[in-house]
Amino acid sequence: MNDLWSYLRTNGDDVFTALVQHIWLALAPVTIAFVLALPLGALVQRYGPVRHIALTAGSVIYTVPSLALLLLLPGILGTSVLDPLNVIIALTLYSLALLVRTTADGLDAVDPTVLQAASAMGYRPVRRWLTVQLPLAMPVILTGLRVATVANVSMVSVAALIGIGGLGQLFTRGFQLGFYLPPIVIGLILSVALAVVADVFIVAVQRRLTPWARAGAR
Amino acid sequence: MSLDYLLDAANWSLSNPEGFPQRILEHLGYTTLALLIAAVIAFPIGLLIGHTGRGALLAINLGNAGRALPTLGVLMLALAAVGIGLVPVTIALIVLAIPPILATTYAGVRSVADETVDAARGVGMTEPQIAWRVEVPIALPIIIGGLRNATLQVISTATIAAYAGLGGLGRYLFDGLATLEYDQVVAGAIVIAALAVAIDLALAGTQRLLVSPGVGGRGADNRPTTVRPEPKPEPAG
Repeated sequence: MNDLWSYLRTNGDDVFTALVQHIWLALAPVTIAFVLALPLGALVQRYGPVRHIALTAGSVIYTVPSLALLLLLPGILGTSVLDPLNVIIALTLYSLALLVRTTADGLDAVDPTVLQAASAMGYRPVRRWLTVQLPLAMPVILTGLRVATVANVSMVSVAALIGIGGLGQLFTRGFQLGFYLPPIVIGLILSVALAVVADVFIVAVQRRLTPWARAGAR
Repeated sequence: MSLDYLLDAANWSLSNPEGFPQRILEHLGYTTLALLIAAVIAFPIGLLIGHTGRGALLAINLGNAGRALPTLGVLMLALAAVGIGLVPVTIALIVLAIPPILATTYAGVRSVADETVDAARGVGMTEPQIAWRVEVPIALPIIIGGLRNATLQVISTATIAAYAGLGGLGRYLFDGLATLEYDQVVAGAIVIAALAVAIDLALAGTQRLLVSPGVGGRGADNRPTTVRPEPKPEPAG
């Protein structure tokens, strides 16, 4: 325990920089993927053949180990191996693969009679999708978002192996210092704490967005 | 992007100790060892929790916690605690493989309809018989889904283990990066990706063979169906 504090005292600035980089590298991709997944999920849900192709492509991407994808992207994109853009794009692809599927599942799960009722009340397709179907699909979509966010926070660490920042640098630092425990333990604690905070935040947003879920439970 | 290294026949020679066949075997060796031990530990516990319903919170939280653990950190912690070599790496891989197997075994057994379990009890089956002959077969698609996730996680992390001097396919990535031979890195990354996809497909095929055609995925609506829902993908780490 004392070792941890003394490490933090002398390297606090580095740890803080790594944490900020980690937050940025983990959350930017999941935000981009979330924004893209809503229209893509709607498209995929509506057209059967597209759905099969998109979901198969998604599960293949998901299968590729992160380190391999991180090192293949520079060759495909023409970026430098050290470019953080590779991490952003790799994690966006993983998040997208998961979120398009859960968005389509969530939209699917909305009771068709509710949609018919909305149409009968005069809702046009776009408004019906935005104000009826999407909100009702939110619990499922946000469950997917929680999984993607937590996965991203834990996956960013791998980027440190190819020299990109984030909390993973604390792990490689510990390795270079001959398996010196303090940075490794601090990195683990901060990474898990970050995942928990992000998860709790999404749950709180979900409660705000879906008040009927609580009303119905009583 | 040059594929010279990947397509060089010398790198595919069986006698080359640093060739692809040898590295693939090493990689599969680490992966299989860790998965077997993890399954032996996690499967009975998941089955017990699922069958009795006791300790459900543990199973759920363990599944979530496993997802939040950074694989690189777990690996480094094991190496720092135990020392360098195959043992600490295997321990790290086991630690990472247990949560998905345990959580999905629990979730699968839990998803079996109560009426089905009651019916089995009603015809006089003992509790172990119910667990093995009713709950496990019905939960199998979900259980294998968890095993697939665990496998991907372990293949992915075994790659990272090369950073700490282990063999396996990760060697191409780190050796290539260290010597700035990018075509070696590309070759390694392509072989790793292909291996992961091939093994996932093999497990999907196994799932098709093992799961009884009368079993649906959820058992929630209690209606026999031959539709097999795709298992939800999980992070590969």
